Amino acid sequence: MNWEAFWLTVRLAAIVSTLLIAIGIPIAYWLTYSRWRWKFLVEAAVALPIVLPPTVLGFYVLVALGSRSPLGRWWESLTGHTLAFTFEGLVIGSLLYSLPFAVQPFAASFGAVDPSLLRASASLGHSPVQTFRRIVLPLSKAGLVTGFALSFAHTLGEFGVVLMVGGNIPGVTRTISIDIYDQVQTANYSSANRTALLLLIVSFLVLSIVYGLNRRPWAVGPWR
Amino acid sequence: MAVKAKTKTKPAPAPQTAPPAATYPISSELEVRIRKRFPNPEGTFNLNVHFRALAGFTILFGASGAGKTTLLDCIAGLSDPDEGRIVVGGEDLYDSEKERNVAAWKRRIGYVHQDLALFPHLTAEENVAYGLHSLSATERTSRSREILARFRLDRLRDRRPAQISGGERQRVALARALVTEPRALLLDEPLAALDRPTKSSLVADLRKWNQDHRIPILFVTHDGEEVFALGDEVIMLDTGRIVAQGRPHEVMRAPRLETVAQLSGFENIFDATVVALHENRGTMTCRLGIGRVEKDAVELETPLVRAEVGSRLRVGVRAGDLLLATEKPRGLSARNVLPGTIQRLEQRDVIIAAMVDCGGAEFEVHLTLAARDALQLGPGKSVWVVVKTHSCHLMGM
Repeated sequence: MNWEAFWLTVRLAAIVSTLLIAIGIPIAYWLTYSRWRWKFLVEAAVALPIVLPPTVLGFYVLVALGSRSPLGRWWESLTGHTLAFTFEGLVIGSLLYSLPFAVQPFAASFGAVDPSLLRASASLGHSPVQTFRRIVLPLSKAGLVTGFALSFAHTLGEFGVVLMVGGNIPGVTRTISIDIYDQVQTANYSSANRTALLLLIVSFLVLSIVYGLNRRPWAVGPWR
Repeated sequence: MAVKAKTKTKPAPAPQTAPPAATYPISSELEVRIRKRFPNPEGTFNLNVHFRALAGFTILFGASGAGKTTLLDCIAGLSDPDEGRIVVGGEDLYDSEKERNVAAWKRRIGYVHQDLALFPHLTAEENVAYGLHSLSATERTSRSREILARFRLDRLRDRRPAQISGGERQRVALARALVTEPRALLLDEPLAALDRPTKSSLVADLRKWNQDHRIPILFVTHDGEEVFALGDEVIMLDTGRIVAQGRPHEVMRAPRLETVAQLSGFENIFDATVVALHENRGTMTCRLGIGRVEKDAVELETPLVRAEVGSRLRVGVRAGDLLLATEKPRGLSARNVLPGTIQRLEQRDVIIAAMVDCGGAEFEVHLTLAARDALQLGPGKSVWVVVKTHSCHLMGM
């Protein structure tokens, strides 16, 4: 059992799902209330990581982080090293990879708030942003917890993106699923079994929380 | 907020179309003149209204689908009219000519919808205090406790909406709207679900509140009894148009005149003034339009009703009861033959609606496709509109 890889993975998942609350809420807000006619394109782009092979996503992230891209060069000038094959790079890749798992439950719960409450709030002198903060967010608690938990669990188990972006550097980018892969490669089945079981249990617990909280099935797929 | 409202209100001028109805001094007025078209299951709905509401209760009465809720939504800023103007206490909230459209949350119009829309995650007191967010915490508490006491809700302060009765929820919704001291109050059937005693005690509370605040209260209902119970003034709405306005007894029980319900569905409704009575032949002459001075204003000979020269009423004529002629007809029993010009033709399924301008009054005339083709009708063509005396239906206003 590789505890170093386990805690690194938990740290990664916690950072990513926390950041996704901050990033996902504005995106979900926009997706819920925008009347832009091309909105569906943004919806499709956000949902893309659900269907895209992780290696494809990982490949593009790797290119974007590399020293040939503007982002990579900017980071390099700032820190002196590239983003690829670092923990920070892993966070960026995972943010994209788990984005729909946060945004979709957020948007679904924002959209489920009775519009008459929003109208009432406006009549009582609250701007749309104030209304969002005082009415929509508190009534979307279950959706926020769901989005947090799903993106946490999803990041916990990622493999393809991590391998492409982070490689396999112990203590830096070796996550638990890569560790399992390594152990199987070296025919260390009993260790792989223990790690896999731990990941299974943690994932099951997280999903139990989600479904216990929502009391209605949340499907990975198009919302509304 | 309250201070701002007082500086902006001004004494209202007397309304043109109805007597002042308020029984106490007038301090605030709502004027609405809007048009809005939108698709509905029957085709296109046309909301086209112009009215003033003074401080006190004004009842908006009409069947469902008359456009009452759409009208309130436009006043509250939750829906945009196509054109027109909405003025409250002297301030333009909406003016299509000036391209002015104040956002709903800046309008300070109280709106209690039929579904109440209490915030389920907040207690009764938090609901009531919600609209007072710009005040200090102590001010907020004292103001909301005061109105909770006024509406006998003090003991429910800490309960959520799900934990109180329907009548109590209605009180909370009303208190929540009133505590912000709105410049006008819109009530969309807020009493529909209540039993009679609850209803009348709530109305009494509302009346008492408005004695101090004197704002226009637009009260939507389709219950005729509520009209008599509440109304200082009634506006009768039918398929997007105002078909009558006045005191309840005038509008609801016009003697020997058609009721509003009977007049609904008439395509041609005109304000008119009685200019002559012909008791010997059981008819009278009505001049269309109110206070018109032109000598050539359109006059119609209508059935005689109990009215005096100079009194105002409404004349309704069904578009299907009108005849069109391309030459001046002679030897005709119909008493009204009006020269006019076709403004436009609109095809609606198998009928043609011809809009004919007869010197100020525009008539809608329904024809068959064959009639249009046989008479070669088109915009700009001179025609005569023939109106039988007994096709003119009269209603008080």
